[in-house]
Amino acid sequence: MNEVIGLAPWLVGFPLIGAAILLLGGRATDRWGHWLGVLASGASMVVAFILMFRMIGTPVEERSVDHHLWTWLSAGDLGVDLGLRLDPLSVTFVMLVTFVGTLIHIYSVAYMDHDPDRRRFFAYLNLFVAAMLVLVLADSYLLLFVGWEGVGLASYLLIGFWDTGRPSARENAVAAKKAFVMNRIGDMGLIAAMALLFAHAGALDFGTVLSDDSVGAMSQATATAVGLCLLLAACGKSAQFPLQAWLGDAMAGPTPVSALIHAATMVTAGVYLMVRSGAILEAAPTAQLVVVLVGAVTLLFGAIVGCAKDDIKKALAASTMSQIGYMMLAAGLGPAGYAFAIFHLLTHGFFKAGLFLGAGSVMHAMGDQTDMRRFGGLSRFLPITWITMGLGWLAILGIPPFSGFWSKDGIIEAAFIPVEGQPWRAWVFGTVAVLGAAITAFYMTRLFFMTFGGRRPRWTENQHPHEGSPLMWWPLVFLGVGSAALGLVLGIGGTFTTWLEPVTGHAEHHEPVLPVPVIITATLVVVVLGALLAFRMYAVNLVPEEAPRGSVLTRAARRDLYQDAANETLVMKPGYGLARVVQVGDRDVVDRGWSVLPQAVSWFGGVFRKAQTGYVRSYAAGMAGGVLVIAVVVWLVVGLGGAQ
Amino acid sequence: MNEFVAPEIDWLALAPLIVVLGAGVVGVLLEAFVPARARRVTQIVLTLAALAGGLAFVVYLWPQIVAQPVQVVGGSVTLTPFALGAQGIIALLAFLGVLVVADRTATGQDAFAPTASAVPGTSYEDLARKSGLEQTEIYPLLLFAAGGMMLFASTDDLIVMFIALEVLSLPLYVLCATARRRRLLSQEAAAKYFLLGAFASALFIFGVALIYGFAGTVRLLEIAQRVQQGALPLEGMSALLVAGVLLVTVGLLFKVGAVPFHAWTPDVYTGAPTPITGFMAACTKAAAVAALVEVLYRISIGVQAVDPEIMRQLQVVVVVVAVLTMAVGTVIGSVQTDVKRLLAYSSIAHAGFLLVGIAGFGPQVQSSTLFYLLAYGIATIGAFAVVTLVRERRVTPGAQEDNGPVADDGVVLGEATEIAQWAGLGRKAPWLTAAFALFLLSMAGIPLTAGFIAKFGAFAGATSGGLWWLAVLGVLASVVAVAFYLRLLVVMVFQPGTVEPDSQAEPVETGVPTSSTGDGGEGPTEGGGVATATKVQVTAAQRVVVTVVRSRGPAAVAIAVCAIATVILGVFPSLVLNLVAEASKFVP
Repeated sequence: MNEVIGLAPWLVGFPLIGAAILLLGGRATDRWGHWLGVLASGASMVVAFILMFRMIGTPVEERSVDHHLWTWLSAGDLGVDLGLRLDPLSVTFVMLVTFVGTLIHIYSVAYMDHDPDRRRFFAYLNLFVAAMLVLVLADSYLLLFVGWEGVGLASYLLIGFWDTGRPSARENAVAAKKAFVMNRIGDMGLIAAMALLFAHAGALDFGTVLSDDSVGAMSQATATAVGLCLLLAACGKSAQFPLQAWLGDAMAGPTPVSALIHAATMVTAGVYLMVRSGAILEAAPTAQLVVVLVGAVTLLFGAIVGCAKDDIKKALAASTMSQIGYMMLAAGLGPAGYAFAIFHLLTHGFFKAGLFLGAGSVMHAMGDQTDMRRFGGLSRFLPITWITMGLGWLAILGIPPFSGFWSKDGIIEAAFIPVEGQPWRAWVFGTVAVLGAAITAFYMTRLFFMTFGGRRPRWTENQHPHEGSPLMWWPLVFLGVGSAALGLVLGIGGTFTTWLEPVTGHAEHHEPVLPVPVIITATLVVVVLGALLAFRMYAVNLVPEEAPRGSVLTRAARRDLYQDAANETLVMKPGYGLARVVQVGDRDVVDRGWSVLPQAVSWFGGVFRKAQTGYVRSYAAGMAGGVLVIAVVVWLVVGLGGAQ
Repeated sequence: MNEFVAPEIDWLALAPLIVVLGAGVVGVLLEAFVPARARRVTQIVLTLAALAGGLAFVVYLWPQIVAQPVQVVGGSVTLTPFALGAQGIIALLAFLGVLVVADRTATGQDAFAPTASAVPGTSYEDLARKSGLEQTEIYPLLLFAAGGMMLFASTDDLIVMFIALEVLSLPLYVLCATARRRRLLSQEAAAKYFLLGAFASALFIFGVALIYGFAGTVRLLEIAQRVQQGALPLEGMSALLVAGVLLVTVGLLFKVGAVPFHAWTPDVYTGAPTPITGFMAACTKAAAVAALVEVLYRISIGVQAVDPEIMRQLQVVVVVVAVLTMAVGTVIGSVQTDVKRLLAYSSIAHAGFLLVGIAGFGPQVQSSTLFYLLAYGIATIGAFAVVTLVRERRVTPGAQEDNGPVADDGVVLGEATEIAQWAGLGRKAPWLTAAFALFLLSMAGIPLTAGFIAKFGAFAGATSGGLWWLAVLGVLASVVAVAFYLRLLVVMVFQPGTVEPDSQAEPVETGVPTSSTGDGGEGPTEGGGVATATKVQVTAAQRVVVTVVRSRGPAAVAIAVCAIATVILGVFPSLVLNLVAEASKFVP
């Protein structure tokens, strides 16, 4: 491992240099900028492959390496080092980010072909890749935070990419700002967690903070506080309840962005954070329970919302939220769940990116239409998109042997494992996980058949759907293959679980409350039922072009279960009120108070300058008087002592 | 007994002083023997070479002195790393200062009167100006002053210190009187400086007498030793020591420009030719502060062990002066309307900040003081150099306004020192403004400039001596100081240049500096109105604009070096901090 570790900084370096050239080069790089972006991401991927193969060839106990880069700052006893940590967990992420990232770069070359700002788009994409790699490669919370903010920035820039300043682009600006603000709330959690950890351990690097000594010395209260703060951070970044509201709006960005950032990589950073901080969470069972609860709530929340959305991207976004809910749930289950959380993250990264790119391909074919009620019957016109999205659909449903089955089934089984002293947990969370799978099957089948199925297209006028260029469908093929086979390759015999063991620790085998075959069968049954129901409703029956009024639940789900209304009433309005009070207070009390000071200084200055008469005699008198004054002060303060 | 024993003298240790002072003597001879045409160039080359040579010897001596401090000529010159460092800083700052002095700018005139002895406004003066006379004696005078400063900073003997004080002061008095423009103001400043300086010298030598009466010696280290051993002729009269040290300190504080001995500073800084002001502000302060530190700290070595009470008395003296100096410097500075006066008050405030550090009597104060002097010195010389380039210019209404450099010396007048006149300078001369802004920020102590590290060192010195409250006061005073530096910056960068008034309507007096000394405006300012050597009459049909003249090179080099050094010292302070850290050794 050590001979290739020097390559690790280049993982970040290539895309960072790419972003720098594209941003600084400006219009001069317009002609070839997008290929430079692809090249930078590709180079990073090559490095990632080298590192991964090297790691596979290394004995298990030597796979975790901290690579010290330089001392960031040193002040007295405090030294902040900057370094990268390579271990199976970070390398898994690096592979996901660079591989899927590079595919999406290639896809974007064609997808953004007609955009005058394509170069800027690639600059931001490269910036994102670099920041995301910093996030996952960091060997300390501090550097992780740098990447954390970096991906937040890239996400903000890309959601608002089409914000041209015109009123028609307002949606983009609002969506970008919303994502930014909600992420800031989460970031505060991360900052608070870092502060607590620093106060506890005096350091922020994983090696120190997550060591058995440090965690063992942590009080229950501290561990819980840190765990909850980290969870807040994860909720913001991963769009988990209650900070989920930004993800749907974030679909205003270009579709490759939705695929890369808001499905495959960035939004899963919260799960990464949870798994990375596993040692702390395990010391705080309360925090762990909250993590599981958040995951469970979000997975149902997203699934329900997904059932009602007619916008193909928003439906997928809701699905992303729900799937990350699964990962969070698993991450809260302790070592038994970590590996499956990351495994699901990996398979989800492939099939969801594939689904999003497929959606992009559909939009490309239908003139940027996103309303699924105006699709239908596209399978004949977009065969490649149809097949690849079909693979993704089967994968997310969890039909064996497609990849989602291996990871999601693991999570469901883990959810059924009983927790000592709290027998209700296994039943509640297990049931929620199975229920979620059923709803997932419903909305994904709905999405799939509303788009591709049905004999009678419901298109708007003048539509001539066709496949995009090979640059667009080759990435689809790669991702489709991944959606189909990745789970089988990595899941069979627990290959992936073993691979992650140096990081997640070996999980003791516990029996779920139900026998495993029963769980698998039950899950498959409800999934098939859900899918059949959707098939009947949206493939066999005619889909109305205008959305029907629907039940109370449907209407609520269409409005994202009133998340925006709740946020506005509970947070935004009181916030505005508070801001107004503070503003008045600042202007009338603080400012006015402060302005007295400079006035006082000026007044004194005006008075004292009178002493500067210009007469030598008064100056000399001032000196003589000054000596006396000093002597008197000395006498007053110390006395005439010293006479032995 | 009747045999003469030649003293053993370590000539090498004296080399920096000998080079500089010797070159001054040679410079006087040059005045007599070198033809007038070549005189100026010869003098400049000699001066710069001497100062560079002095600096080179300092560098050469440094490792030796760090390893083993020496006393030469019976302690008359005592080279500790601190003293040698002060010598080096003075030589370096003097070198930069001379560069500014030597610059004639695009106008072809330097800042000095053709014949300073001519009575202002006489036909003789006119004649001298028209025949293009030049006063090249300023260069030897500068060398004598610099040599005196270097000796001032590196002696252990109070009598030698007094002599050095005079050697450095007398040339400065003369130099102050040599301004080309506003000559009455210049001469008035020189007279004030001389009178008050004499007064301060008298106090100094009186203090020396008291100390001698108390300790029976004028050598600081011996005084310390005797106090420590209790072998004193006047047992029980330690008040004599305190009074003596107080008076000696007053003499030094006068040169430092600390309140209440500061009153000369604004008037002299305003009246003196601006390049000389820069030289004075940087080098004199460095020398005087170095001497002050040596006196106080060497005395304290002896006192500390024997009688903490006396120690406290000394400390109170410094603290009182520091507080007063900071308060007066920043508060009065904040209402100034003239750039040179503003910089004068800034220099007073900086004396206060330096004293804050010194008041801590901590072991690392010596090194932080050296760093402060260097940081402050380069910013000051740079700032005054910029002032020399911002000029008033007379234009006739018909002429197209041209803010670029002007070669026609007939229309470029004196320096535009009103702060209001600097409005819009950022557009006229962006680089110059940027450099000036950098100097101001450094003086304000903004991070990433040298001034920040310097101020940090000074305040750290106070806290290490337990004077937390003094450091807090220092920070508060810095805040006020920041306000006036930034005000100037705002005027330069953000205010648009003055809209030229309608020429007919303007009762043009702007070109003729009517003022004066005194902020109060009640001073003897009658003569000020005619104080323009060049007798520029601006008629009603003409107006005055502010222009930036192009440097002929040296001043630009000085500004660039100062700016770069300010940044480097701010970003990589450890380069110099590690060097001056050696200066904590006091006693040879």
